[in-house]
Amino acid sequence: MGETLPHRLPEPDRPWVMRTYAGHSTARDSNALYRRNLAKGQTGLSIAFDLPTQTGYDPDHELSRGEVGKTGVSIAHKGDMHRLLDGIPLDEMNTSMTINATAAWLLALYLVTAEENGVDRGALQGTTQNDIIKEFLSRGTYAFPPGPSMRLIADTIAFTVDEVPRWNPINICSYHLQEAGATPVQEIAYAMSTAHAVLDAVRERVDPATFPRVFGRISFFVNAGIRFLEEHAKLRALAELWEALGRERYGVTDEKYLRLRYGVQVNSLGLTEAQPENNVIRIVLEALAVTLGRDARARAIQLPAWNEALGLPRPWDQQWSLRIQQILALETDLLEYPDVFEGSKVMDGLVAELVEGTRAEMAIVAEHGGAVEAVPYMKTQLVESHRERVARIERGELKVVGQNVFTDAGPSPLQEGEDGGIMRVDPEVERGQIEAVRRWRSSDRDAGAVAAALDDLRLTAREESANLMPATIACAHAGVTTGEWAGALRDAFGEYRAPTGVSDAASTSEDGSLVALRERVEEVSEALGRRLKILVGKPGLDGHSNGAEQIAVRARDAGMDVVYEGIRLTPRRIAQAAVQEGVHVVGLSILSGSHRELIPDVLRYLREASGGKNGSDAPTVPVVVGGIIPESDARELLAAGVARVYTPKDFEITRIMSDIVELVAWRAGAPGPTAAATLAAPPRVAPRL
Amino acid sequence: MPLVCEAGRAGLSLGGGEGAEGWAAALGRRLRAGDRGAAPAALNLVEDRSPGGREGAAALLAEVSPTALGGEAPAHLVGVTGPPGAGKSSLLAELVSAWRARGRTVAVLAVDPSSKRSGGSLLGDRARIDHDPADDGVLIRSTATAGRLGGLAAPTRTAALTLASAFEVVVVESVGVGQSETEIEELCDTVAVVVQPGSGDTLQFLKAGIMEVPDLLVVTKADLGDVARRARRELEGALRSLGAAQTPVLSVSSLSPAQGIDELVAAIDAHRTGLDVRSVRVRARRLAAVSAFAAEHGERGLRGLGGRRAAERVVAELDPGLEVQALVAALESAGRGTR
Ligand code: B12
Ligand SMILES: Nc1nc2c(ncn2[C@@H]2O[C@H](COP(=O)(O)OP(=O)(O)OP(=O)(O)O)[C@@H](O)[C@H]2O)c(=O)[nH]1
Ligand SMILES: [Mg+2]
Repeated sequence: MGETLPHRLPEPDRPWVMRTYAGHSTARDSNALYRRNLAKGQTGLSIAFDLPTQTGYDPDHELSRGEVGKTGVSIAHKGDMHRLLDGIPLDEMNTSMTINATAAWLLALYLVTAEENGVDRGALQGTTQNDIIKEFLSRGTYAFPPGPSMRLIADTIAFTVDEVPRWNPINICSYHLQEAGATPVQEIAYAMSTAHAVLDAVRERVDPATFPRVFGRISFFVNAGIRFLEEHAKLRALAELWEALGRERYGVTDEKYLRLRYGVQVNSLGLTEAQPENNVIRIVLEALAVTLGRDARARAIQLPAWNEALGLPRPWDQQWSLRIQQILALETDLLEYPDVFEGSKVMDGLVAELVEGTRAEMAIVAEHGGAVEAVPYMKTQLVESHRERVARIERGELKVVGQNVFTDAGPSPLQEGEDGGIMRVDPEVERGQIEAVRRWRSSDRDAGAVAAALDDLRLTAREESANLMPATIACAHAGVTTGEWAGALRDAFGEYRAPTGVSDAASTSEDGSLVALRERVEEVSEALGRRLKILVGKPGLDGHSNGAEQIAVRARDAGMDVVYEGIRLTPRRIAQAAVQEGVHVVGLSILSGSHRELIPDVLRYLREASGGKNGSDAPTVPVVVGGIIPESDARELLAAGVARVYTPKDFEITRIMSDIVELVAWRAGAPGPTAAATLAAPPRVAPRL
Repeated sequence: MPLVCEAGRAGLSLGGGEGAEGWAAALGRRLRAGDRGAAPAALNLVEDRSPGGREGAAALLAEVSPTALGGEAPAHLVGVTGPPGAGKSSLLAELVSAWRARGRTVAVLAVDPSSKRSGGSLLGDRARIDHDPADDGVLIRSTATAGRLGGLAAPTRTAALTLASAFEVVVVESVGVGQSETEIEELCDTVAVVVQPGSGDTLQFLKAGIMEVPDLLVVTKADLGDVARRARRELEGALRSLGAAQTPVLSVSSLSPAQGIDELVAAIDAHRTGLDVRSVRVRARRLAAVSAFAAEHGERGLRGLGGRRAAERVVAELDPGLEVQALVAALESAGRGTR
């Protein structure tokens, strides 16, 4: 080695861990996918589970309908986990599992699978996401109330720190907060407040001597948006705050434990349906945000794909995104230099701003009693920030190329294939998984051992000071199913419905079109005899609430009475609410891909409730649908009796509202809009199908 | 551009058309016969302010009037009120399931404030009142105050009295601190004021006599421990100093495992025993009529009758078996007479 130069590293850094967030259908299909991905140069696994697995339901549960194997792999018991990991060297692999409410359970299945393959726990490396607070705030796959949920987190951390020492038991997530509309300050303030709450909870459950090691095991999962310089500053700010927290609040002194470790998925909220090819450029720039500066570089990265807003990515789409990482790490000179921002006035200034803002916001959360108690507050803040973001895009203040500027473009050849450029999961997978889990329950295991393991789990749950991991591992060994494990804990802990954040969200800033729309709502309400009333419903396990929240808030701001009960309702409950509430229109939002099963279910219950009175296929109340709905599916839904289908490219919410108001008016035989209302908010002239 | 389907222009308005009143009366008869499936449509009508809607509502109400029923509806009208976020809806979820477990049918009328700026509202109570959607013994209906003071929406009283013909328990949930629970008191047989630990307002209002002593006081969030116990002791102290020591103060938790619910159900039942339901209902209908008249014709209309008290005297002289709309009609013709 020659002389060391201050602007060069003696040796280039090793690349970060490269992953692809993947999984769908059955364990067998996903296993094949993982092997192909590893062959393409991926260096770690990132498992996407389906929503039933994430929320603790078996494939044959009422709420699982339409979701089995859809957005991830269905894992119902240790047999599935064995098949998922078949042939993958667990002592060498670094496996990240996006799993939260049921993290303890999936970790147990992983441990048992390793054990039954003769791999020592001590050799296992990977991550369970395990951050429940952001599930309440954004992601929606929670199962138990806050108290017991925090206990489960503390138990997994306390268990792994000694038993599986190379495991990251929790990834505190800011990623999902940005995806729900958070500003950079909110993102890190709420993540840091979550870290507080988690560390305080674990401190009570571990030996004080172990605690610094616990601190060192905590890692973060962050986001990087398109304003990539500010985003990089955000990560430096996070590193600074993390170190300060360790020193000041927890008295950690070992440098090694104080270093921020984080993984990334870059922003997906800003990826558009319009001109989807542009998304690749966004993704590259965002990847720079988390790799440019060595002092705050990611340990592991996974990138979304160009077709993010269209539907699920195909293996080829994910391969393209993996190539972005490989080119960045291997072709560019990125890894050859020390930190390129050291001494930068701009960077230091941005970091200082963010640290200050974050400390102030963290103080507010602390005043609410900490992250757990502040969930309703934080949720409302997120809904408000997202409302601002959406409004700025509508007004053209926030430029999104291809969506609100430079919208003239040629058709994208990427979407021309027969599949429309997305992956579709075979709907038969669900039936197969239902049969398989029933077979497993009735013949593949020892019923006595299962009952005993579940009894022990229930007892342990009631004993507040006991660690739940050993009983959970015993359940995994015995062949208990995901739904049985979570069911036993639901019995013991009860269930929970997170706040929706909409009731307290302040209203949208006024603009001409909203004022005109309000007048029209008054007019139509007058004709209807009572105020226009809308139900916004989220059927099934889908937790994507952003769209529903923004629609609900805008409907209120337009002068409607709005019934919104939050996520995860059965079609039957939605139909019942629509009838009991006497709404004039039902708006359903599904982004997770279960619309083909669940929308017809809602229509059927609505039709039954109205006694099929109007003799047509359409239910008495008009139903509109929004979300990620491929065009061919939209046509099927319209044929089944849905009145309108909106997708992300319909980004002007006031226009959507006005369209709905005219739909209601027209259905009820009320007079059309007056000239004034027409001018300010033209109703859409829509093609007849 | 959204995808659109243009099928199904139904002509939903009921206003005036042939047979509309017959249809409305039939709805009333169905309710009277205990057909709860008729309730949502009946509520749509009761809320309808159009002239046709009002005629329909009159036809419906006539069918469920005490005269038509041959006496007062046997339902227990329960009011649940208290400061925002006190835990009213969560408590109702527990109460509803406790009543259902006892075989009683329950209707909940949840009232939320409207936005002053837009006139719209976000009706959030329903989300907290967890219930079995397959159970037709439970009905939940949300309405907004539309800027009215007094805690209730304009149609709430009529709605509650209507549902009383088909449900065994009718609960009204409204937000209120201080004086705004007058209307709910006028309407309901039993009123429970719900407070959460650490919120001093109710205690202060009670002590200062701004607020009337309710039938029951409920302290929520008992799971919080000491603060909840302290809140209960303070309320009991305040009641003693007001000479109302016999007013029950109950402590509940709606978090799993719920606490104190059976005791609350028993206390609500006990309050009803020995109540002169007939006179409570007659008064409720009369006050509801005056307030409906005032909503429709404003202060000016009331002045035409010689003021609110005079209006109350007018209805007090009418047949106690008349339902609200009939009383309103009587006030309207009295108003025309004096003009
Ligand atoms: C943000 C986001 C998230 C956030 C959600 C935060 C939240 N609280 O909503 C987070 C990060 C938590 C998340 C998680 C997941 N996500 Co996601 N997510 C997205 C993303 C990037 C944007 C969605 C969004 O919020 N847009 C902004 C809102 C305002 O727009 P919108 O909902 O589309 O609404 C507009 C219209 O659609 C319409 N509309 C929508 N609803 C309604 C309702 C009515 C009544 C009306 C009138 C109109 C209307 O009007 C709105 C105005 O423009 C999309 C991809 C994309 N770019 O669209 C993926 C996407 C929806 N997610 C996806 C997946 C798979 C997931 C996960 C299930 C992954 C997993 N296996 O764990 C998880 C789990 C979530 C869960 N519990 O269900 C997939 C779904 C695939 C599919 N349909 O086949 C997508 C499409 C990404 C992809 N290509 O893979 N996600
Ligand atoms: N710890 C605890 N929290 C509760 C209890 N009951 C309700 N809450 C919480 O208190 C908050 C408000 O509960 P709600 O039931 O919506 O209260 P409310 O009085 O109906 O609220 P508004 O209708 O908005 O005025 C929610 O976050 C509940 O989860 C309880 O018994 N214990
Ligand atoms: Mg409430």
